[in-house]
Amino acid sequence: MSDQPILEVRDYSKTFVLHEQGKTLPSSSHVNLNVYPGRLTALIGPTGAGKSTVLKGIYLTYLPSSGQLLYRTANGGRVDLATADEHQILALRQRDIGFVTQFLHTLPRQSTEDVVAMPLFQRGVERGTARAQARDILQRLNLPERLWGVSPATFSGGERQRVNLARGLLAKPRLLLLDEPTASLDPKTTDRVVELIAELKQGGTGLLAIFHSPALVERLADAVVELAPPPGTEHFFEGTTP
Amino acid sequence: MVNDNISTPTLDKVLEVRGLGKVYGNGCPHCFDLTGPEHDTNICPRCGSVVAAHNLSFDLCRGEILGIMGESGSGKSTAVKALYFDEAPTCGTAVFYDQGNAYDLYALNAAQQRQLRNQRFGMVYQNPVLGLNFNVSAGGNIAERLLMSNLSHYGEIRQRATTLLRRTEVLTQRMDELPKNFSGGMQQRVQIAKALATNPPLLLLDEVTTGLDLSVQAAILDLIMEIQQELGTAMIAVTHDLGVIRLLAGRTLVMKYGRVIESGLTDQILEDPQHAYTQRLVASAL
Repeated sequence: MSDQPILEVRDYSKTFVLHEQGKTLPSSSHVNLNVYPGRLTALIGPTGAGKSTVLKGIYLTYLPSSGQLLYRTANGGRVDLATADEHQILALRQRDIGFVTQFLHTLPRQSTEDVVAMPLFQRGVERGTARAQARDILQRLNLPERLWGVSPATFSGGERQRVNLARGLLAKPRLLLLDEPTASLDPKTTDRVVELIAELKQGGTGLLAIFHSPALVERLADAVVELAPPPGTEHFFEGTTP
Repeated sequence: MVNDNISTPTLDKVLEVRGLGKVYGNGCPHCFDLTGPEHDTNICPRCGSVVAAHNLSFDLCRGEILGIMGESGSGKSTAVKALYFDEAPTCGTAVFYDQGNAYDLYALNAAQQRQLRNQRFGMVYQNPVLGLNFNVSAGGNIAERLLMSNLSHYGEIRQRATTLLRRTEVLTQRMDELPKNFSGGMQQRVQIAKALATNPPLLLLDEVTTGLDLSVQAAILDLIMEIQQELGTAMIAVTHDLGVIRLLAGRTLVMKYGRVIESGLTDQILEDPQHAYTQRLVASAL
Protein backbone atom coordinates (compact mmCIF):
# COMPACT_ATOMS: atom_id res chain seq x y z
CA MET A 1 0.00 0.00 0.00
CA SER A 2 1.43 3.33 -1.03
CA ASP A 3 1.85 6.19 1.38
CA GLN A 4 1.57 8.73 -1.40
CA PRO A 5 -1.94 10.15 -1.61
CA ILE A 6 -3.70 9.60 -4.92
CA LEU A 7 -5.57 12.86 -4.32
CA GLU A 8 -4.72 15.90 -2.23
CA VAL A 9 -7.38 18.54 -1.85
CA ARG A 10 -5.79 21.76 -0.64
CA ASP A 11 -7.75 24.72 0.58
CA TYR A 12 -10.62 24.04 -1.80
CA SER A 13 -13.47 26.52 -1.80
CA LYS A 14 -16.54 26.83 -3.94
CA THR A 15 -18.91 29.74 -4.04
CA PHE A 16 -21.78 29.87 -6.49
CA VAL A 17 -22.49 33.22 -8.11
CA LEU A 18 -26.14 33.45 -9.06
CA HIS A 19 -26.43 36.37 -11.47
CA GLU A 20 -30.19 36.36 -11.85
CA GLN A 21 -30.78 36.50 -8.08
CA GLY A 22 -27.80 38.78 -7.49
CA LYS A 23 -26.50 36.45 -4.81
CA THR A 24 -23.38 34.57 -3.96
CA LEU A 25 -23.77 31.24 -2.24
CA PRO A 26 -20.78 29.79 -0.41
CA SER A 27 -20.93 26.01 -0.51
CA SER A 28 -17.53 24.62 0.46
CA SER A 29 -14.92 26.59 2.30
CA HIS A 30 -11.22 25.83 2.82
CA VAL A 31 -11.48 22.06 2.53
CA ASN A 32 -8.29 20.03 3.00
CA LEU A 33 -8.18 16.26 2.66
CA ASN A 34 -6.18 13.34 1.29
CA VAL A 35 -7.25 10.13 -0.40
CA TYR A 36 -4.83 7.20 -0.43
CA PRO A 37 -4.70 4.20 -2.76
CA GLY A 38 -6.47 1.21 -1.25
CA ARG A 39 -8.14 3.28 1.47
CA LEU A 40 -11.45 4.98 1.95
CA THR A 41 -11.81 8.51 3.23
CA ALA A 42 -15.30 9.35 4.45
CA LEU A 43 -16.70 12.89 4.32
CA ILE A 44 -19.02 13.67 7.20
CA GLY A 45 -20.80 16.77 8.40
CA PRO A 46 -24.30 18.28 8.56
CA THR A 47 -26.48 19.10 5.57
CA GLY A 48 -25.13 22.23 3.94
CA ALA A 49 -21.52 21.49 4.86
CA GLY A 50 -20.72 21.09 1.16
CA LYS A 51 -19.92 17.39 1.10
CA SER A 52 -21.44 16.75 -2.33
CA THR A 53 -19.93 19.99 -3.58
CA VAL A 54 -16.47 18.68 -2.79
CA LEU A 55 -17.13 15.51 -4.79
CA LYS A 56 -18.57 17.42 -7.75
CA GLY A 57 -15.65 19.81 -7.45
CA ILE A 58 -13.11 16.99 -7.72
CA TYR A 59 -15.01 15.60 -10.72
CA LEU A 60 -14.99 19.14 -12.19
CA THR A 61 -18.75 19.23 -12.61
CA TYR A 62 -18.38 22.34 -10.47
CA LEU A 63 -15.61 24.78 -11.27
CA PRO A 64 -13.50 25.43 -8.19
CA SER A 65 -13.45 28.98 -6.82
CA SER A 66 -10.02 28.46 -5.28
CA GLY A 67 -7.67 25.76 -4.09
CA GLN A 68 -5.80 22.83 -5.56
CA LEU A 69 -6.96 19.33 -6.47
CA LEU A 70 -3.73 17.40 -6.88
CA TYR A 71 -4.20 14.02 -8.53
CA ARG A 72 -1.38 11.50 -8.83
CA THR A 73 -1.49 9.65 -12.14
CA ALA A 74 -0.65 5.99 -12.68
CA ASN A 75 2.85 6.86 -13.86
CA GLY A 76 3.52 8.98 -10.78
CA GLY A 77 2.94 12.40 -12.31
CA ARG A 78 0.81 15.02 -10.63
CA VAL A 79 -2.06 16.93 -12.18
CA ASP A 80 -3.89 19.81 -10.57
CA LEU A 81 -7.43 18.99 -11.66
CA ALA A 82 -8.47 22.55 -10.84
CA THR A 83 -6.39 23.90 -13.71
CA ALA A 84 -6.16 20.86 -16.01
CA ASP A 85 -7.16 21.01 -19.65
CA GLU A 86 -10.72 19.86 -20.40
CA HIS A 87 -9.47 17.07 -22.63
CA GLN A 88 -7.28 15.84 -19.81
CA ILE A 89 -10.26 15.78 -17.43
CA LEU A 90 -12.34 13.84 -19.96
CA ALA A 91 -9.53 11.31 -20.39
CA LEU A 92 -9.18 10.91 -16.61
CA ARG A 93 -12.93 10.43 -16.24
CA GLN A 94 -12.85 7.72 -18.84
CA ARG A 95 -10.07 5.69 -17.26
CA ASP A 96 -9.07 6.95 -13.84
CA ILE A 97 -11.77 8.74 -11.89
CA GLY A 98 -15.24 7.33 -11.28
CA PHE A 99 -18.27 8.96 -9.68
CA VAL A 100 -21.34 7.22 -8.31
CA THR A 101 -24.06 9.72 -7.48
CA GLN A 102 -27.41 9.27 -5.77
CA PHE A 103 -29.20 9.67 -9.05
CA LEU A 104 -28.98 7.71 -12.24
CA HIS A 105 -29.50 9.46 -15.54
CA THR A 106 -29.86 7.03 -18.40
CA LEU A 107 -31.43 6.88 -21.76
CA PRO A 108 -34.79 5.13 -21.69
CA ARG A 109 -33.64 3.16 -24.73
CA GLN A 110 -30.64 1.48 -23.15
CA SER A 111 -30.70 -1.88 -21.39
CA THR A 112 -29.48 -2.09 -17.81
CA GLU A 113 -26.70 -4.40 -18.94
CA ASP A 114 -25.44 -1.81 -21.42
CA VAL A 115 -25.75 1.03 -18.91
CA VAL A 116 -23.49 -0.88 -16.55
CA ALA A 117 -21.05 -1.94 -19.29
CA MET A 118 -20.83 1.59 -20.77
CA PRO A 119 -17.56 2.60 -19.07
CA LEU A 120 -15.97 -0.57 -20.43
CA PHE A 121 -17.40 0.06 -23.93
CA GLN A 122 -15.85 3.52 -23.82
CA ARG A 123 -12.48 2.05 -23.03
CA GLY A 124 -12.74 -0.20 -26.03
CA VAL A 125 -13.48 -3.48 -24.22
CA GLU A 126 -15.17 -5.90 -26.60
CA ARG A 127 -18.97 -5.68 -26.15
CA GLY A 128 -19.57 -9.34 -25.33
CA THR A 129 -16.87 -9.37 -22.67
CA ALA A 130 -18.07 -6.10 -21.19
CA ARG A 131 -21.68 -7.35 -21.00
CA ALA A 132 -20.61 -10.59 -19.35
CA GLN A 133 -18.80 -8.61 -16.66
CA ALA A 134 -21.83 -6.36 -16.26
CA ARG A 135 -24.12 -9.36 -15.71
CA ASP A 136 -21.71 -10.76 -13.19
CA ILE A 137 -21.70 -7.64 -11.03
CA LEU A 138 -25.49 -7.18 -11.34
CA GLN A 139 -25.83 -10.72 -10.04
CA ARG A 140 -23.61 -9.94 -7.10
CA LEU A 141 -25.69 -6.86 -6.29
CA ASN A 142 -28.90 -8.92 -6.25
CA LEU A 143 -30.56 -7.25 -9.20
CA PRO A 144 -33.12 -9.76 -10.54
CA GLU A 145 -32.04 -11.22 -13.87
CA ARG A 146 -35.36 -10.37 -15.55
CA LEU A 147 -34.40 -6.68 -15.28
CA TRP A 148 -31.02 -6.89 -17.00
CA GLY A 149 -32.40 -6.55 -20.50
CA VAL A 150 -34.69 -3.58 -19.85
CA SER A 151 -34.00 0.08 -19.23
CA PRO A 152 -33.56 1.26 -15.64
CA ALA A 153 -36.04 4.08 -16.37
CA THR A 154 -38.88 2.25 -14.63
CA PHE A 155 -36.84 0.85 -11.74
CA SER A 156 -37.40 1.60 -8.08
CA GLY A 157 -34.95 3.81 -6.20
CA GLY A 158 -33.10 0.84 -4.75
CA GLU A 159 -32.85 -0.94 -8.10
CA ARG A 160 -31.53 2.16 -9.82
CA GLN A 161 -28.99 2.61 -7.11
CA ARG A 162 -27.76 -0.91 -7.66
CA VAL A 163 -27.39 -0.26 -11.39
CA ASN A 164 -25.53 2.95 -10.66
CA LEU A 165 -23.21 1.23 -8.21
CA ALA A 166 -22.65 -1.70 -10.52
CA ARG A 167 -21.51 0.68 -13.24
CA GLY A 168 -19.21 2.65 -10.95
CA LEU A 169 -17.65 -0.39 -9.33
CA LEU A 170 -17.27 -2.40 -12.54
CA ALA A 171 -15.13 0.35 -14.06
CA LYS A 172 -12.54 -0.20 -11.28
CA PRO A 173 -11.26 3.36 -11.39
CA ARG A 174 -8.10 4.46 -9.59
CA LEU A 175 -10.11 7.04 -7.68
CA LEU A 176 -13.79 6.52 -6.92
CA LEU A 177 -16.11 9.21 -5.59
CA LEU A 178 -19.25 7.91 -3.89
CA ASP A 179 -22.18 10.14 -2.97
CA GLU A 180 -24.53 8.24 -0.65
CA PRO A 181 -24.41 5.10 -2.78
CA THR A 182 -26.37 2.92 -0.35
CA ALA A 183 -29.12 5.34 0.72
CA SER A 184 -31.98 3.13 -0.48
CA LEU A 185 -30.54 -0.38 -0.30
CA ASP A 186 -31.70 -3.26 1.88
CA PRO A 187 -29.25 -4.62 4.49
CA LYS A 188 -28.35 -7.69 2.43
CA THR A 189 -27.45 -5.64 -0.66
CA THR A 190 -25.58 -3.17 1.51
CA ASP A 191 -23.45 -6.07 2.74
CA ARG A 192 -22.66 -6.96 -0.86
CA VAL A 193 -21.68 -3.36 -1.57
CA VAL A 194 -19.38 -3.39 1.44
CA GLU A 195 -17.81 -6.56 0.08
CA LEU A 196 -17.31 -5.06 -3.37
CA ILE A 197 -15.83 -1.87 -1.96
CA ALA A 198 -13.41 -3.94 0.11
CA GLU A 199 -12.36 -5.73 -3.08
CA LEU A 200 -11.80 -2.43 -4.85
CA LYS A 201 -9.65 -1.25 -1.97
CA GLN A 202 -7.61 -4.42 -2.22
CA GLY A 203 -7.14 -3.67 -5.91
CA GLY A 204 -5.66 -0.31 -4.98
CA THR A 205 -8.59 2.03 -5.65
CA GLY A 206 -8.66 5.12 -3.46
CA LEU A 207 -12.17 6.14 -2.39
CA LEU A 208 -13.75 9.34 -1.16
CA ALA A 209 -17.27 8.71 0.06
CA ILE A 210 -20.33 10.24 1.66
CA PHE A 211 -22.50 7.72 3.52
CA HIS A 212 -25.91 8.39 4.98
CA SER A 213 -25.37 6.04 7.87
CA PRO A 214 -22.68 6.39 10.55
CA ALA A 215 -22.60 2.59 10.77
CA LEU A 216 -21.26 2.39 7.21
CA VAL A 217 -18.63 5.01 7.93
CA GLU A 218 -17.59 2.82 10.82
CA ARG A 219 -17.43 -0.30 8.64
CA LEU A 220 -15.68 1.14 5.61
CA ALA A 221 -13.74 4.29 6.40
CA ASP A 222 -10.00 4.33 6.99
CA ALA A 223 -10.09 8.06 7.61
CA VAL A 224 -12.81 10.59 8.33
CA VAL A 225 -12.92 14.24 7.32
CA GLU A 226 -15.55 16.40 8.95
CA LEU A 227 -16.82 19.44 7.09
CA ALA A 228 -18.62 22.42 8.60
CA PRO A 229 -20.99 24.71 6.73
CA PRO A 230 -19.01 27.63 5.30
CA PRO A 231 -19.17 30.94 7.15
CA GLY A 232 -22.09 33.01 5.98
CA THR A 233 -24.31 30.03 5.23
CA GLU A 234 -26.73 30.54 8.11
CA HIS A 235 -26.84 34.16 7.23
CA PHE A 236 -27.86 33.22 3.72
CA PHE A 237 -30.58 30.81 4.78
CA GLU A 238 -32.16 33.46 6.97
CA GLY A 239 -32.73 35.31 3.73
CA THR A 240 -30.87 38.43 4.72
CA THR A 241 -28.73 39.27 1.75
CA PRO A 242 -25.74 41.48 2.40
CA MET B 1 -7.87 -4.84 -11.14
CA VAL B 2 -6.72 -1.31 -11.58
CA ASN B 3 -4.82 -0.92 -14.77
CA ASP B 4 -1.47 0.60 -14.01
CA ASN B 5 -0.11 0.55 -17.52
CA ILE B 6 -2.19 3.38 -18.84
CA SER B 7 -0.17 6.43 -19.64
CA THR B 8 -1.35 9.93 -20.31
CA PRO B 9 -2.95 9.88 -23.76
CA THR B 10 -1.45 11.84 -26.57
CA LEU B 11 -4.23 14.11 -27.64
CA ASP B 12 -5.13 13.24 -31.16
CA LYS B 13 -5.99 16.67 -32.45
CA VAL B 14 -8.20 16.81 -35.52
CA LEU B 15 -8.90 20.50 -35.72
CA GLU B 16 -7.45 23.69 -34.33
CA VAL B 17 -9.49 26.86 -34.85
CA ARG B 18 -8.06 30.23 -33.88
CA GLY B 19 -9.66 33.64 -34.00
CA LEU B 20 -12.25 32.69 -36.60
CA GLY B 21 -14.60 35.51 -37.50
CA LYS B 22 -17.25 36.42 -40.04
CA VAL B 23 -18.60 39.88 -40.75
CA TYR B 24 -21.36 40.52 -43.27
CA GLY B 25 -21.00 44.02 -44.66
CA ASN B 26 -18.13 46.41 -45.16
CA GLY B 27 -17.15 46.59 -41.51
CA CYS B 28 -15.59 49.53 -39.74
CA PRO B 29 -13.01 49.94 -36.96
CA HIS B 30 -15.79 49.96 -34.34
CA CYS B 31 -17.60 46.77 -35.34
CA PHE B 32 -16.07 44.60 -32.63
CA ASP B 33 -16.14 47.23 -29.89
CA LEU B 34 -19.80 48.02 -30.33
CA THR B 35 -21.26 44.54 -30.78
CA GLY B 36 -21.47 41.42 -28.67
CA PRO B 37 -23.41 40.26 -25.62
CA GLU B 38 -22.64 43.37 -23.55
CA HIS B 39 -24.16 45.54 -26.29
CA ASP B 40 -27.09 43.20 -26.88
CA THR B 41 -26.57 43.18 -30.60
CA ASN B 42 -24.41 41.80 -33.37
CA ILE B 43 -25.18 44.69 -35.72
CA CYS B 44 -22.61 47.46 -35.68
CA PRO B 45 -24.43 50.73 -34.86
CA ARG B 46 -21.89 52.75 -36.88
CA CYS B 47 -21.78 50.90 -40.18
CA GLY B 48 -24.63 48.40 -39.99
CA SER B 49 -22.41 45.38 -40.62
CA VAL B 50 -23.41 42.13 -38.99
CA VAL B 51 -20.75 40.50 -36.84
CA ALA B 52 -21.93 36.90 -37.19
CA ALA B 53 -18.97 35.45 -35.33
CA HIS B 54 -15.90 36.95 -33.75
CA ASN B 55 -12.75 35.46 -32.31
CA LEU B 56 -13.86 31.84 -32.24
CA SER B 57 -11.12 29.51 -30.99
CA PHE B 58 -11.26 25.84 -30.06
CA ASP B 59 -9.58 22.47 -30.47
CA LEU B 60 -11.28 19.26 -31.48
CA CYS B 61 -9.81 15.81 -30.83
CA ARG B 62 -10.44 12.42 -32.37
CA GLY B 63 -13.62 10.74 -31.14
CA GLU B 64 -14.83 13.89 -29.46
CA ILE B 65 -18.16 15.66 -29.90
CA LEU B 66 -17.99 19.39 -29.30
CA GLY B 67 -21.32 21.13 -28.77
CA ILE B 68 -21.94 24.69 -29.91
CA MET B 69 -25.03 26.04 -28.22
CA GLY B 70 -26.87 29.30 -28.68
CA GLU B 71 -30.05 30.95 -29.88
CA SER B 72 -30.85 31.79 -33.48
CA GLY B 73 -28.46 34.48 -34.66
CA SER B 74 -25.81 33.70 -32.05
CA GLY B 75 -23.37 32.71 -34.78
CA LYS B 76 -23.23 29.05 -33.88
CA SER B 77 -23.79 27.82 -37.44
CA THR B 78 -21.26 30.26 -38.86
CA ALA B 79 -18.40 28.16 -37.50
CA VAL B 80 -19.43 24.91 -39.20
CA LYS B 81 -20.32 26.70 -42.43
CA ALA B 82 -16.86 28.24 -42.51
CA LEU B 83 -15.23 24.89 -41.75
CA TYR B 84 -17.16 23.19 -44.54
CA PHE B 85 -16.19 26.04 -46.91
CA ASP B 86 -19.83 27.00 -47.40
CA GLU B 87 -18.80 30.51 -46.44
CA ALA B 88 -15.40 32.16 -46.33
CA PRO B 89 -14.49 33.56 -42.92
CA THR B 90 -13.46 37.20 -42.64
CA CYS B 91 -10.51 36.37 -40.44
CA GLY B 92 -8.92 33.60 -38.44
CA THR B 93 -7.33 30.24 -39.13
CA ALA B 94 -8.35 26.61 -38.97
CA VAL B 95 -5.85 23.78 -39.20
CA PHE B 96 -7.09 20.28 -40.01
CA TYR B 97 -4.81 17.38 -39.01
CA ASP B 98 -5.25 14.28 -41.11
CA GLN B 99 -3.07 11.23 -41.73
CA GLY B 100 0.10 12.98 -40.69
CA ASN B 101 -0.62 16.17 -42.64
CA ALA B 102 -1.67 19.58 -41.38
CA TYR B 103 -3.96 21.56 -43.68
CA ASP B 104 -4.25 25.30 -43.14
CA LEU B 105 -7.83 25.39 -44.42
CA TYR B 106 -8.10 28.98 -45.62
CA ALA B 107 -4.68 28.99 -47.25
CA LEU B 108 -5.66 26.12 -49.56
CA ASN B 109 -6.79 26.72 -53.13
CA ALA B 110 -10.34 25.99 -54.21
CA ALA B 111 -9.50 22.56 -55.61
CA GLN B 112 -7.77 21.46 -52.42
CA GLN B 113 -10.68 22.76 -50.36
CA ARG B 114 -13.13 20.85 -52.54
CA GLN B 115 -11.12 17.70 -52.12
CA LEU B 116 -11.18 17.92 -48.33
CA ARG B 117 -14.86 18.76 -48.35
CA ASN B 118 -15.70 15.82 -50.58
CA GLN B 119 -13.48 13.24 -48.97
CA ARG B 120 -12.48 14.15 -45.43
CA PHE B 121 -15.39 16.23 -44.08
CA GLY B 122 -19.00 15.25 -43.67
CA MET B 123 -21.84 17.71 -43.16
CA VAL B 124 -25.41 17.13 -42.07
CA TYR B 125 -27.67 20.16 -42.41
CA GLN B 126 -30.89 20.90 -40.58
CA ASN B 127 -32.57 21.19 -43.96
CA PRO B 128 -32.03 18.06 -46.09
CA VAL B 129 -32.48 20.18 -49.24
CA LEU B 130 -29.02 21.62 -48.55
CA GLY B 131 -27.35 18.28 -48.03
CA LEU B 132 -29.08 16.08 -50.58
CA ASN B 133 -29.51 16.28 -54.31
CA PHE B 134 -33.28 15.90 -54.68
CA ASN B 135 -33.02 15.04 -58.37
CA VAL B 136 -31.26 11.74 -57.80
CA SER B 137 -32.13 8.71 -55.70
CA ALA B 138 -31.01 8.09 -52.13
CA GLY B 139 -28.42 5.63 -53.39
CA GLY B 140 -27.42 8.09 -56.10
CA ASN B 141 -26.75 10.75 -53.50
CA ILE B 142 -24.25 8.49 -51.81
CA ALA B 143 -22.78 7.43 -55.13
CA GLU B 144 -22.27 11.08 -56.03
CA ARG B 145 -20.06 11.57 -53.01
CA LEU B 146 -18.16 8.35 -53.62
CA LEU B 147 -17.56 9.33 -57.25
CA MET B 148 -16.08 12.62 -56.08
CA SER B 149 -13.61 10.63 -54.03
CA ASN B 150 -11.79 7.81 -55.76
CA LEU B 151 -14.30 5.03 -56.02
CA SER B 152 -15.59 4.55 -59.55
CA HIS B 153 -16.53 0.91 -59.92
CA TYR B 154 -20.34 0.66 -60.18
CA GLY B 155 -20.63 -2.56 -58.20
CA GLU B 156 -18.41 -1.30 -55.41
CA ILE B 157 -20.30 1.99 -55.17
CA ARG B 158 -23.63 0.19 -55.06
CA GLN B 159 -22.29 -2.13 -52.39
CA ARG B 160 -20.96 0.74 -50.25
CA ALA B 161 -24.24 2.67 -50.60
CA THR B 162 -26.19 -0.39 -49.50
CA THR B 163 -23.95 -0.87 -46.47
CA LEU B 164 -24.28 2.78 -45.47
CA LEU B 165 -28.05 2.87 -45.84
CA ARG B 166 -28.37 -0.33 -43.88
CA ARG B 167 -26.12 1.18 -41.20
CA THR B 168 -28.32 4.25 -40.93
CA GLU B 169 -31.44 2.07 -41.01
CA VAL B 170 -32.84 3.21 -44.32
CA LEU B 171 -34.62 0.35 -46.06
CA THR B 172 -32.26 -0.65 -48.83
CA GLN B 173 -35.23 -1.62 -51.01
CA ARG B 174 -35.92 2.10 -51.19
CA MET B 175 -32.43 3.18 -52.20
CA ASP B 176 -33.53 3.87 -55.77
CA GLU B 177 -36.29 6.22 -54.69
CA LEU B 178 -35.99 10.00 -54.74
CA PRO B 179 -35.40 11.69 -51.36
CA LYS B 180 -38.64 13.64 -51.69
CA ASN B 181 -40.58 10.41 -51.17
CA PHE B 182 -38.95 9.99 -47.76
CA SER B 183 -40.08 11.29 -44.39
CA GLY B 184 -38.03 14.02 -42.67
CA GLY B 185 -36.34 11.51 -40.39
CA MET B 186 -35.47 9.24 -43.32
CA GLN B 187 -34.07 12.18 -45.28
CA GLN B 188 -31.83 12.94 -42.28
CA ARG B 189 -30.68 9.33 -42.24
CA VAL B 190 -29.85 9.46 -45.94
CA GLN B 191 -27.94 12.71 -45.30
CA ILE B 192 -25.96 11.03 -42.54
CA ALA B 193 -25.26 8.02 -44.76
CA LYS B 194 -24.06 10.38 -47.49
CA ALA B 195 -21.88 12.34 -45.05
CA LEU B 196 -20.33 9.11 -43.79
CA ALA B 197 -19.75 7.66 -47.27
CA THR B 198 -16.03 8.41 -47.34
CA ASN B 199 -15.43 7.60 -43.63
CA PRO B 200 -14.58 11.21 -42.86
CA PRO B 201 -12.61 11.92 -39.68
CA LEU B 202 -14.61 15.11 -39.18
CA LEU B 203 -18.40 15.33 -39.15
CA LEU B 204 -20.28 18.62 -38.86
CA LEU B 205 -23.85 18.54 -37.58
CA ASP B 206 -25.93 21.68 -37.95
CA GLU B 207 -29.18 21.38 -35.96
CA VAL B 208 -29.69 17.86 -37.29
CA THR B 209 -32.67 16.99 -35.12
CA THR B 210 -34.46 20.33 -35.11
CA GLY B 211 -37.99 20.03 -36.41
CA LEU B 212 -38.19 16.26 -36.23
CA ASP B 213 -40.65 14.26 -34.13
CA LEU B 214 -39.30 13.40 -30.69
CA SER B 215 -39.09 9.67 -31.39
CA VAL B 216 -37.26 10.35 -34.65
CA GLN B 217 -34.91 12.77 -32.88
CA ALA B 218 -34.03 10.10 -30.36
CA ALA B 219 -33.26 7.55 -33.04
CA ILE B 220 -31.06 10.01 -34.97
CA LEU B 221 -29.17 10.93 -31.80
CA ASP B 222 -28.66 7.25 -30.96
CA LEU B 223 -27.28 6.74 -34.45
CA ILE B 224 -24.85 9.64 -34.05
CA MET B 225 -23.60 8.28 -30.72
CA GLU B 226 -23.13 4.81 -32.18
CA ILE B 227 -21.13 6.25 -35.05
CA GLN B 228 -18.93 8.16 -32.64
CA GLN B 229 -18.29 5.05 -30.56
CA GLU B 230 -17.70 2.76 -33.53
CA LEU B 231 -15.66 4.99 -35.80
CA GLY B 232 -14.14 7.53 -33.43
CA THR B 233 -15.33 10.33 -35.73
CA ALA B 234 -14.72 13.81 -34.35
CA MET B 235 -17.89 15.91 -34.52
CA ILE B 236 -19.12 19.42 -34.00
CA ALA B 237 -22.81 19.53 -33.08
CA VAL B 238 -24.48 22.90 -33.44
CA THR B 239 -27.81 23.13 -31.66
CA HIS B 240 -30.08 25.31 -29.56
CA ASP B 241 -31.35 22.21 -27.77
CA LEU B 242 -29.89 21.61 -24.29
CA GLY B 243 -31.03 17.99 -24.43
CA VAL B 244 -28.97 17.34 -27.54
CA ILE B 245 -25.95 19.00 -25.91
CA ARG B 246 -26.39 16.95 -22.74
CA LEU B 247 -26.65 13.74 -24.68
CA LEU B 248 -23.94 14.19 -27.29
CA ALA B 249 -21.30 16.69 -26.30
CA GLY B 250 -18.37 16.15 -23.96
CA ARG B 251 -17.44 19.82 -24.18
CA THR B 252 -19.61 22.78 -25.06
CA LEU B 253 -19.23 26.34 -26.30
CA VAL B 254 -22.03 28.77 -25.53
CA MET B 255 -22.46 31.58 -28.05
CA LYS B 256 -24.36 34.84 -27.99
CA TYR B 257 -24.30 37.71 -30.49
CA GLY B 258 -21.39 36.19 -32.34
CA ARG B 259 -19.16 35.61 -29.32
CA VAL B 260 -18.28 32.60 -27.22
CA ILE B 261 -19.41 33.67 -23.78
CA GLU B 262 -18.58 30.45 -22.00
CA SER B 263 -16.99 27.10 -22.69
CA GLY B 264 -16.30 24.01 -20.63
CA LEU B 265 -17.15 20.40 -19.89
CA THR B 266 -20.80 19.89 -20.75
CA ASP B 267 -21.87 18.72 -17.29
CA GLN B 268 -20.13 21.75 -15.82
CA ILE B 269 -21.82 24.14 -18.25
CA LEU B 270 -25.20 22.64 -17.35
CA GLU B 271 -24.72 22.30 -13.58
CA ASP B 272 -22.44 25.21 -12.79
CA PRO B 273 -22.87 27.78 -15.57
CA GLN B 274 -20.77 30.88 -14.97
CA HIS B 275 -22.25 33.46 -17.30
CA ALA B 276 -25.57 35.13 -16.49
CA TYR B 277 -26.92 34.24 -19.93
CA THR B 278 -26.03 30.54 -19.59
CA GLN B 279 -27.54 30.47 -16.11
CA ARG B 280 -30.76 31.83 -17.54
CA LEU B 281 -30.68 29.39 -20.45
CA VAL B 282 -30.13 26.37 -18.20
CA ALA B 283 -32.71 27.55 -15.68
CA SER B 284 -35.35 27.94 -18.37
CA ALA B 285 -34.75 24.43 -19.68
CA LEU B 286 -35.14 22.57 -16.39
